[in-house]
Amino acid sequence: MAPGDIKTGDRIVHKVFPPITRHTLALYCGASGDHNPIHVDIDFAKAAGFPDVFAHGMLVMACLGQALTDAVPPSKLRAFATRFVAITQLGARLTCEGTVTELFAEDGERRARLALTTRDDCGEVKLDGSAVIAL
Amino acid sequence: MVDQSAVGRCFTPVTARVEPGRLRYFLNTLGEQNPVYRHADAARASGFAGTPVPPTYLFCLEMMDLDDPFEMFTALDIDLARVLHGEQSFVYHAPVLVGDTLTFRPSVTSVTDKKGGAMTLIGIRCEVTNQHGVHVADTARTIVVRNEVAS
Repeated sequence: MAPGDIKTGDRIVHKVFPPITRHTLALYCGASGDHNPIHVDIDFAKAAGFPDVFAHGMLVMACLGQALTDAVPPSKLRAFATRFVAITQLGARLTCEGTVTELFAEDGERRARLALTTRDDCGEVKLDGSAVIAL
Repeated sequence: MVDQSAVGRCFTPVTARVEPGRLRYFLNTLGEQNPVYRHADAARASGFAGTPVPPTYLFCLEMMDLDDPFEMFTALDIDLARVLHGEQSFVYHAPVLVGDTLTFRPSVTSVTDKKGGAMTLIGIRCEVTNQHGVHVADTARTIVVRNEVAS
């Protein structure tokens, strides 16, 4: 889509990811440097009061970031923020979406603000967030 | 429990080099196929002087290169099993490229009790500069600590 064609209400980000496996969590542990055992060690997770290990919030945010820069060139990204609304369970198939909520000018650029969400296959919101992109 | 005395506290600055092999491992883990992150030619065609990192990778670089990735929790006497990530944000001022050496300077910006002390929210900001002294990004996160509440 040409930048000039973008208008408020357009859904410009949409990507579905494969189910999150234990293998992904183990790999992400090493790939991210986040070695919190709560994401890979079921004994630790249970002792902390959870039924099983669960996904790193930043793994879910990385998926959202991937969906975002599939739609918007990385050089255009100015800001990216999320709130971690709910824990993401093993097996979740994440859907990431982004909709234009505002067009504005800042720092000599035309920019757009996007509202972002990540949901699992049941439609439960895992992350909600926003991004600012240059047009 | 963490209290207001933690606000303003700074932690050891972290120096991290953006290494291509580690970045490739991150991209492979996420199934990230965007050529901009994988091939210098595609990156240059997209306006970068080198290969850029994906939007959340700054968070990883800070953790990977700390001697003790959980130093902050230890310093604030927080049990790792009680920590959740509440919010995360990035503001990008200039590109971060493979081969760069970044310096992260984290500090505590807020401590807020919630739900009658059942949770404490800790705000942490981090300024990121590169090897040329360019201020490339600001990151901010909110850590949620689930406190033990006497019943």
